[in-house]
Amino acid sequence: MTQTQELTKADFVSEGDVKWCPGCGDYAILSSVQTVLPTLGIPKEKFCFVSGIGCSSRFPYYMDTYGFHTIHGRAPTVASGVKMANPDLSVWVVTGDGDGLSIGANHTVHMIRRNMDLKVLLFNNRIYGLTKGQYSPTSEKGKVTKTSVYGSIDNPLNPVAFAIASGATFAARTNAANPKHMQEILKAAADHKGTAFVEILQNCNIFNDGAFAKYLDKETKAEENLILEEGKPLLFNNDTQGIVMSLEGSHPRLIVEEVNTTDTSVSITGKKFLVHDPKNEDHTLSYLISQLGVSLEGTPTAMGVLRAVRKPTYDEVLYEQEAQAKAQRGVGILKKLIYSSDTWTVTEESQAAGV
Amino acid sequence: MVTQEKPKETLSSVTIRFVGDSGDGMQLTGTQFTNTSALFGNDTSTYPNFPAEIRAPQGTLAGVSGFQIHFSSNNIHTAGDHLDVLVAMNPAAFKTNINDLRQNGILIINEDAFSASNLKKAGFKEDEDVFSRYLNKFRIYKVPITKMTLGALDGLDMMAKAKERCKNMFALGLTYWIYSRSLDPTLEWLESKFGKKPDLFESNVRALKAGYNYGNTTEIFQNTYEVPKAKIVPGVYRNITGNQAISLGFVAASELVGKTLFIGSYPITPATEILQELSMYKNFGVKTFQAEDEIAGIGSAIGAAFAGQLAITTTSGPGIALKSEFMNLAVITELPVVIADIQRGGPSTGLPTKTEQTDLLQVLYGRNGESPIPVVAARSPSDCFLAAIEACRIAIEYMTPVVILSDTQIAIGSEPWKLPDLETLKPIHTRIHEDIDTFAPYRRNDDLARQWALPGTPGCEHTIGGLEKENITGKVNLSAEVHEEMVKIRAAKVKGIADKLPPLEVYGEQSGDLLFLGWGSTYGAIRTAADELLASGYKVGQVHLRHINPLPNDLGEIFSRFKHIVVPELNSGQLLMILRAKFLIDIKGINQVNTKPFAVSDLVSRAKELIGDK
Repeated sequence: MTQTQELTKADFVSEGDVKWCPGCGDYAILSSVQTVLPTLGIPKEKFCFVSGIGCSSRFPYYMDTYGFHTIHGRAPTVASGVKMANPDLSVWVVTGDGDGLSIGANHTVHMIRRNMDLKVLLFNNRIYGLTKGQYSPTSEKGKVTKTSVYGSIDNPLNPVAFAIASGATFAARTNAANPKHMQEILKAAADHKGTAFVEILQNCNIFNDGAFAKYLDKETKAEENLILEEGKPLLFNNDTQGIVMSLEGSHPRLIVEEVNTTDTSVSITGKKFLVHDPKNEDHTLSYLISQLGVSLEGTPTAMGVLRAVRKPTYDEVLYEQEAQAKAQRGVGILKKLIYSSDTWTVTEESQAAGV
Repeated sequence: MVTQEKPKETLSSVTIRFVGDSGDGMQLTGTQFTNTSALFGNDTSTYPNFPAEIRAPQGTLAGVSGFQIHFSSNNIHTAGDHLDVLVAMNPAAFKTNINDLRQNGILIINEDAFSASNLKKAGFKEDEDVFSRYLNKFRIYKVPITKMTLGALDGLDMMAKAKERCKNMFALGLTYWIYSRSLDPTLEWLESKFGKKPDLFESNVRALKAGYNYGNTTEIFQNTYEVPKAKIVPGVYRNITGNQAISLGFVAASELVGKTLFIGSYPITPATEILQELSMYKNFGVKTFQAEDEIAGIGSAIGAAFAGQLAITTTSGPGIALKSEFMNLAVITELPVVIADIQRGGPSTGLPTKTEQTDLLQVLYGRNGESPIPVVAARSPSDCFLAAIEACRIAIEYMTPVVILSDTQIAIGSEPWKLPDLETLKPIHTRIHEDIDTFAPYRRNDDLARQWALPGTPGCEHTIGGLEKENITGKVNLSAEVHEEMVKIRAAKVKGIADKLPPLEVYGEQSGDLLFLGWGSTYGAIRTAADELLASGYKVGQVHLRHINPLPNDLGEIFSRFKHIVVPELNSGQLLMILRAKFLIDIKGINQVNTKPFAVSDLVSRAKELIGDK
């Protein structure tokens, strides 16, 4: 067994060349994953990276771990098989906005609702990169690409909202351009038991450069990022603004209010700012927070762990059921099984006897 | 029980079909008759026939469900060509099945169901005398089955509808009397099924006995029949369907491999029962995963294979279409996955509950690129057990996906199975690799099977995937030379399987006028046809293939010993096309794509035509 204490980042770097475009956001993600894995206390041979097809899905080739580069959209299915076969492994799914949310959306939903114990890294660059620049399911409406010459008429999908609506027990959002935050989130995902869904905003400098610039520009950064911390009020823009729940009209919705300078827990209108509670059983609020920024204009985008709830995982229950069946019925014996139905014996005598 | 008084005639073989509405319990009736006959000592072969709709509107042609049983004092291999007895519970059942009844056969109808409205539903005129034209052709018995059943259940505190549902037991009892069968096996079964529900137990028992006694006491049946025990090889037997046998074969294979069985599947007719059956075996460590679709079914199986389990996925033709891309991933990553294709009528959704052998070319060639996959086929319900083990053996020992072909007829048909001596089954050797110094993901043994290093093995970390790769190292390499080399290696590996196969068995004459070459569910009909021809002095032989890809090495030599080679298939000539291309000889086909198994008589007459004068 490998000595986990001795593992370093270098142990996870494969010998081949990395072949993403120079300047691609994927490099930072790779480096962060290689930085986090040695800190997890898991032997190197227990990691398995499974990917689909797309730029992101080349990831396993660059990791010196067990890896499987599968087919387009289907990584969750193969990863589920690996995990069910050997629950002792730490299995990671690497996918993208096209792979995981277009061709593979079906599998993503079912992986999440089963709460299979998989770590899912969804690289969202809002474009198809490997096929050289077509709009993806997360591309903004009106986006002009090679296949949307007059502007995309698709409504974009919000990955974290999609995950939470599918019943995710863990959903988070981070930005590849912010490695420190990304590594915190990766660690939290690794520590979560169950499907841990992480959307990583990632710049494609060739086909969709600057897609997430507003989260990085000095001018806009403070007002566009809502950094989530458990137990803390939802404040942003250097704690000058925050998020409150509005119950006016027929629907609850989140709105931005200015902070009351004398008491930062309430807004100037006296409303209480929401306090982040990712462990709440009910996912309604996490869902509303996931809408901020991405699907709700004029609000900041939530970065961090939106939801982290411990629930039984599919693989745990699968093995529990098996143990129960063995306890109740005894460990199966093939001969008994084959001879279990109504049998009859034909002997030489019974043959001779006729009717 | 009242003693028999009527004369008894001895017959060697009888085929009965029970037909009614899909809710009439015809499958159950047929199964009971089968079990009773098998326990008595007959050889049996059955074939259920039911509609794709679970409950089509009552009384309509679409809702007719049937169960055919052939029982005999001889060894039999088919469910029978023509019916000796047709039990029709309503006009629709009568209309859709009457043409299969032989001249002078027995027709038993439930007279009470031939009402004006039921006649109309079946497309007859309301006052039509539907039997008049058959009076001289069949022996017709109109029995008031519903009235007699209700009468027998008089006094029981049950709804009239529930009472009426017992009429299948009346019909069963009546046929038991005609064929001198004991009621005991069915009474025991009713006890075990309804023992805790006294009303249901009592009503079914009463109806069964009433049917039996009706035959005994009424004057309309002139005599009864008996079908003596068959000469059967001594041993312990049970009745088994193909889907049960294939499931047990997979469980047995997992013991022979020493690896847990994993099945990732999505329900599809007629393969669903395999997933259902295996779901019961959790105490064997069997892992069943009902995936979100066909693709996820095989995807999870491939993942489980990568992680070191005996992985299978089960489906039918439409599912193969969806799994094709993943089958190719298993080809290029050289992982052991068994894909069971229980064929049904196509194309598209086609005829979900009917039988065909039309997926052969699909499983052989229905993928992009040069993609060799070994294919094995089961020939009968009980044969699925050994066929499943063989598919697993090839997958594990050669590190390759394997397709096992069955079909509706095998899957839901049943026959007595002489239980195997498990000690004689050979262990299956894996290519599990744990030594760091000698490890390379695509390093091969003499059979060209690559090493199988499982995630979790220290020092053997590696990545596999769908991109072309170098031999030995497994590193991605898209160069022309490497690709050509790998195409050849993958082909040679599959071709090499044939080098270790046992010699083919030729049944009947070892050389002569005509060789029947078949695969799959046509086995029984071809065997019976061959026996008839041999008995009439024709020099015919029969080879029935287990391995379709690769074809056995001695096939060509066997062909050279016969004047005519005939390939009967329930398709338009799929194996035929391959054989003609491979051997460049004028092999003939006998082909039928009408949802029905071959009639023995058709095979015999076609063979006689080809042979000409003896």
